[in-house]
Amino acid sequence: MALTRKTVAAIAAVVTLVGLGMWRYWPGEPAPWTDAEIEQLRRLWIGSLPPVPPDPTNAVADDPRAARLGQQLFFDPRLSGNGQVACVTCHQPALRFTDGLPKGRAIGVSMRNTRGLVGAAYSPWLYWDGRKDSLWSQALSPLEDAREHGGNRMQIVRLIAEDSEYSAAYVALFGPLPELSDRGRFPEAAAPGVNAELEAAWQSMSSADQQKVNTVFANIGKAIAAYERLLLPGPSRFDTYVEAVIEANEGAQRRTLSSEEIAGLAVFIRKARCTECHNGPLFTNNEFHNTGILSFPGEVPDRGRIDGIREVQQDPFNCLGPYSDDPVKECAELRFARTGQSLLGATRTPSLRNLSGTAPYMHKGQMAAVPEILDHYNRAPTAMIGHNETKPLGLSRPEIERLEAFLDSLAAPLATPSEWLAAPDLRRRDRVARD
Amino acid sequence: MVKPTWRSSRRTVWIGCVTAAVVALSLIMGPSAAPPDGESGSENDCAWRSKSGRYCVTYRSRLDPITINRIHSWVLHVETPEGVPVDHADIAVDGGMPAHDHGLPTSPRVTKYLGNGDYLVEGMRFHMNGYWEIVVTVEAGGRPDRVILPLEL
Repeated sequence: MALTRKTVAAIAAVVTLVGLGMWRYWPGEPAPWTDAEIEQLRRLWIGSLPPVPPDPTNAVADDPRAARLGQQLFFDPRLSGNGQVACVTCHQPALRFTDGLPKGRAIGVSMRNTRGLVGAAYSPWLYWDGRKDSLWSQALSPLEDAREHGGNRMQIVRLIAEDSEYSAAYVALFGPLPELSDRGRFPEAAAPGVNAELEAAWQSMSSADQQKVNTVFANIGKAIAAYERLLLPGPSRFDTYVEAVIEANEGAQRRTLSSEEIAGLAVFIRKARCTECHNGPLFTNNEFHNTGILSFPGEVPDRGRIDGIREVQQDPFNCLGPYSDDPVKECAELRFARTGQSLLGATRTPSLRNLSGTAPYMHKGQMAAVPEILDHYNRAPTAMIGHNETKPLGLSRPEIERLEAFLDSLAAPLATPSEWLAAPDLRRRDRVARD
Repeated sequence: MVKPTWRSSRRTVWIGCVTAAVVALSLIMGPSAAPPDGESGSENDCAWRSKSGRYCVTYRSRLDPITINRIHSWVLHVETPEGVPVDHADIAVDGGMPAHDHGLPTSPRVTKYLGNGDYLVEGMRFHMNGYWEIVVTVEAGGRPDRVILPLEL
């Protein structure tokens, strides 16, 4: 029986569909890396991560004794109004120093999603809106936030002075503590800008005494920052792959990343153009971008950096302020910070090395999982506030899946030795119990 | 329905092929980052000439090579086409990435006149690789003049 035209057409249609399916869904080999792309891979590689930049505003930033004191403080729930909230409450080592929640939860519910701390020492700005310009000044904010630690600086300074271990460590690093026994000069509790009662107590102090308390408070932040500077990402399978690419070792390349993951990497640096913001060895430029993220349900859209920049410029604990140790006060990031309407709705790019295990994502945890993020960037919806800087990407479903596979390959344990990733007191108790 | 003849089908195919070839060629050639108007060229050693031709601007980055995500300073050198340094001009620095429709991530400005037509610009930072244009506006006793410094990172 001769083939009818209909049969031929049907066979042709089936063959075409199968062919198209294979073409779309088969990862295949992406086009080989160009020299320029290999250079891009090298810049993303963890081997390109420079040493943690110095922080001239923090005289003890790289002092191991300060880091040990900072670690104790980080895990100490006495640095709070109710004695139950420590930094670790929201910044949990097992979750890469986040807490698995849309917004931080301690005494109350925090304003935004808890940022991870791994590699935070490389960022000139802290928080989603960049309202702090150093790790040490950032550490002070939660301590007095009624939704978070709910403490006040007078109480926390007293804790350091009255704890023999803390005061010894403090004095060795920073010199003598003020004498706080006179309750007339130094109330039990006091702080500016927290509530009316604490404000009244603060205003009852002389400005010289306020400065003494602020100095100790700032130093507490500096010790915590010295600890946080140690929190660094470790090498991932992606990094081993890049080494194999640099060495032109094709066998090693295929052993480190699957063809799906390599295809996803190709999408990452080619069609999806993720490296426009997620660049450098930390996969973040730490810059402020409006990417049209929807507001948290029931809330107005977040104004982001446009409010954050104003706040940091007025912060007494900023780089230019009296508690900064920088003798020169070059403070280039602060002095030449961008201002203006482009900051409306802009938030700071997070590191993609911290994606794994740190859901939910975005500034108020609006996105539960990575596929949601990729769909969002693919669509590039109109921003609710300000202007969405991104454009639709036109990625296919398989390309999105490969991108997700690649992003998973960035997961890796921290480079930080494990002794820094747990409460120091626990270890001391364990050691005593063993002996 | 009139069946299309073999001759008209061949013409359709021919038109299709030519169209496809034209489209393919234009895609292969691609858009080129055209150098900014009249500012390239090294006549009279003037690396970057301002729009009305009154100034020659060169620059030296104190971060060399320029890498992204690091704040740094530049020294701009401004002179006339005859090589005379321009003293104490008012200089503004702006710019961005034309392809991405965004400006500079910082607000750099001249903080010091170093003499000999040299101006210290602090606060330079780039947060993406790609093609940038730094727009320098020079005003020295007269109308302001603009020069665009192209930069591929």
